[in-house]
Amino acid sequence: MSFITGTGLTSFGRHEGSSSLDLMSRAAQLALDDAGLKRAEIDGILCGYSTVSPHIMLATVFAEHFGIRPSYAHAVQVGGATGLAMTMLAHHLVEAGVCRNVLVVAGENRLTGQSRDASIQALAQVGHPDYEVPLGPTIPAYYGLVATRYMHEYGVTEEDLAAFAVLMRAHACTHPGAQFHDPISVADVMASKPVAMPLKLLDCCPVSDGGAAFVISRERTGEAGVRIRGCAQAHTHQHVTAAPALSELGAEISIARARQATGIAISDVRYAAIYDSFTITLAMLLEDLGLAGRGEAAARVQSGHFGRDGAMPLNTHGGLLSYGHCGVGGAMAHLAEAHLQMTGRAANRQVRDASIALLHGDGGVLSSHVSMFLERVR
Amino acid sequence: MSERLADWTKGEQAIIYQTCGACGHVQYFHRAFCAACGVSDPREHRASGKGRVYATSLVCRAATPETRAHVPYNILLVDCAEGFRMMAHGENDLAIGDSVTASFRSFTGKLVPFFIKEK
Repeated sequence: MSFITGTGLTSFGRHEGSSSLDLMSRAAQLALDDAGLKRAEIDGILCGYSTVSPHIMLATVFAEHFGIRPSYAHAVQVGGATGLAMTMLAHHLVEAGVCRNVLVVAGENRLTGQSRDASIQALAQVGHPDYEVPLGPTIPAYYGLVATRYMHEYGVTEEDLAAFAVLMRAHACTHPGAQFHDPISVADVMASKPVAMPLKLLDCCPVSDGGAAFVISRERTGEAGVRIRGCAQAHTHQHVTAAPALSELGAEISIARARQATGIAISDVRYAAIYDSFTITLAMLLEDLGLAGRGEAAARVQSGHFGRDGAMPLNTHGGLLSYGHCGVGGAMAHLAEAHLQMTGRAANRQVRDASIALLHGDGGVLSSHVSMFLERVR
Repeated sequence: MSERLADWTKGEQAIIYQTCGACGHVQYFHRAFCAACGVSDPREHRASGKGRVYATSLVCRAATPETRAHVPYNILLVDCAEGFRMMAHGENDLAIGDSVTASFRSFTGKLVPFFIKEK
């Protein structure tokens, strides 16, 4: 058994003058304070990567900087799925008795530490170096390809996709730490600059500075406990050229494994924290995970199903699309928000019941998937 | 091992794919072995260049000065007649399901496959 005993999340946006290590440290201190633990009580460190400051041993760089001498430490790289993959590993390390308290941490000054072009260019390298990258694709183009095919097969429209951007922005407007606080409409999304069709600027997550951290522990440290019930992964391909058919994508495989591992059904879930790098990512994942029928996710957005007061509140902090995306820490914000919701500390964003949460992360071009169920215990 | 045939990634006007003599698996990314069964030395073939559009994305915002000179350009996934899928460029008005034929064009100083609609 393992518990998420603390979470820390910085605001996302511009952190002028902050390095990746600064942002990691800030988030880590918040997570330690939240868990009520001291540095000496942390015996494991897992960290993500920084595209701004790459290092072959980032976990020990961070451990030295932050002032911890752990008995277990290394970095993890699974693209956007890294945060949940680290949390899954921490869960297993704790369950296996290797560690008592694992600090999971990531942070990056991706917005102010490099040009936006440099970010886009660095990320495009997830493509095949010989068969894809010479064609000048970008991450939005990889997802644009997935989007046109998905829209073709299931009759989804650009306006449908825009509804997800509008929802995430509405949620971000209620969180002081979010990068964007101006409400947007479907018309705004439709009128925003084309990036890689059918994806327009407001269909894409921004580049941000920020940091996030969790502590995963063998024992509860606070009154309200959040337990990791179980998790699973699936990795079907790296490059979009080699992706399986839309009916065989990894999210369906990983959620089936996670459901089997935990005995939890989708109908038991009360809060959803789902990766949303682009509007199409969110639409597809909601449907792949069974949170909406095929081609029906957009209609559920419009009916209020995924709103704060809806039947399945989704990314109440605003998600990658509007809270922001600082790399590995970006999707960790989803878990930090879920933890606040589950412990009744989400203030004006608090949902009625977040007793069981489903989290899902995606790395690459729907390449790597991690599904996870969290449960509140009293 | 048989000699590797040059394709567009090496500057030749050709699309090359591999088939496994043991299990029949077709693969586009070149390897010294079959990714399905592991048998070494799959056979290399020159593709006909005929296929069908599987997906498209018109890139309007590029990330480098070299690629920016070409916007908008249409990135495609094409299901080739020989049973493999490849990424390529193509005419801006291509739609999913269109029958297409490969030609080659220069993009940022390199040769890339460019698909046009079959008449």
